[in-house]
Amino acid sequence: MNAALALGDDALVLSHRLGEWAGHAPVLEEEVALANIALDLLGQARVLLSLAGDEDELAYLREERAFRNLQLVEQPNGDFAHTIVRQLYFSVYQHLLYERLAAGDGAFAPLAAKAVKEVAYHRDHAEQWVLRLGDGTEESHRRTQAGLDALWRFTGEMFQPVEGLDEPGSGVDREELRTTWLTAVTETVERATLNLPTGPQSGGWAAGAGRQGLHTEPFGRMIAEMQHLHRSHPGASW
Amino acid sequence: MTQNWPLWEVFVRSRRGLSHTHAGSLHAPDAEMALRNARDLYTRRGEGISIWVVPSAEITASSPDERDPFFAPSADKPYRHPTFYEIPEGVHHL
Repeated sequence: MNAALALGDDALVLSHRLGEWAGHAPVLEEEVALANIALDLLGQARVLLSLAGDEDELAYLREERAFRNLQLVEQPNGDFAHTIVRQLYFSVYQHLLYERLAAGDGAFAPLAAKAVKEVAYHRDHAEQWVLRLGDGTEESHRRTQAGLDALWRFTGEMFQPVEGLDEPGSGVDREELRTTWLTAVTETVERATLNLPTGPQSGGWAAGAGRQGLHTEPFGRMIAEMQHLHRSHPGASW
Repeated sequence: MTQNWPLWEVFVRSRRGLSHTHAGSLHAPDAEMALRNARDLYTRRGEGISIWVVPSAEITASSPDERDPFFAPSADKPYRHPTFYEIPEGVHHL
């Protein structure tokens, strides 16, 4: 089931990246918020991967090439602004997608209906922070703009159709999703006194074949760490 | 950090609760963020609850040093306490 893997891997991988913030967030309150979001995503990943097979086997025993997540979610955390921009790009997309799935009558409707409330919070959290960082100090503005620029090329992949998700009746229309996403993200970014990348370099080449199992270099190191214990003691229960 | 992230006091009313109760405090750059942080820290996102956040600087507290002059006079004047009449049988929730 390709679609469950795609959505499940997005949630699993982003959850792991956010987990890396534990103990390192700028303030205690943000520590809790990032961990909360990571836990929500991990919960979604468990349900989705269970639809596709055994959740632990899928998470811990697949090779890099078998993961179907977007390249966007596997990008390293960078600084706080970079993480927040990744959250903005992804959670606006995930919120719009889950809203549409929840309204449709596909296999993912019940799951999406539950998750959409969580994701609405993730989106709000990211938008609030983009506003504060973009319209904060010169330094925070610069860092957030750098994040917007660096991650932009990974956004195109979100609007490629996914087998099993975009069938008629699922409620998902990628072109409509792209337009709605762009409007929402532009609105937040402009309110934050920032800009989305424009010009010939911005839309011409969209990186991203994560859905086909092609990943960026940092992802290999990430799953090596994630899978280390399970691979060292295969078959153990904990 | 204390300059940009002032302290806020958090009051939470639980779903079936009648009044807001002081739950604790937190740091946040502004009221919107304080509300969101309060939700994460003090409600675990239980639904149907109400949260108030107040900048700690806005709260004026009674002083412990003046406790006696402040509170003691009411304790030694029994006529201030309406406890001298019998409660009619029909009254249960007084």
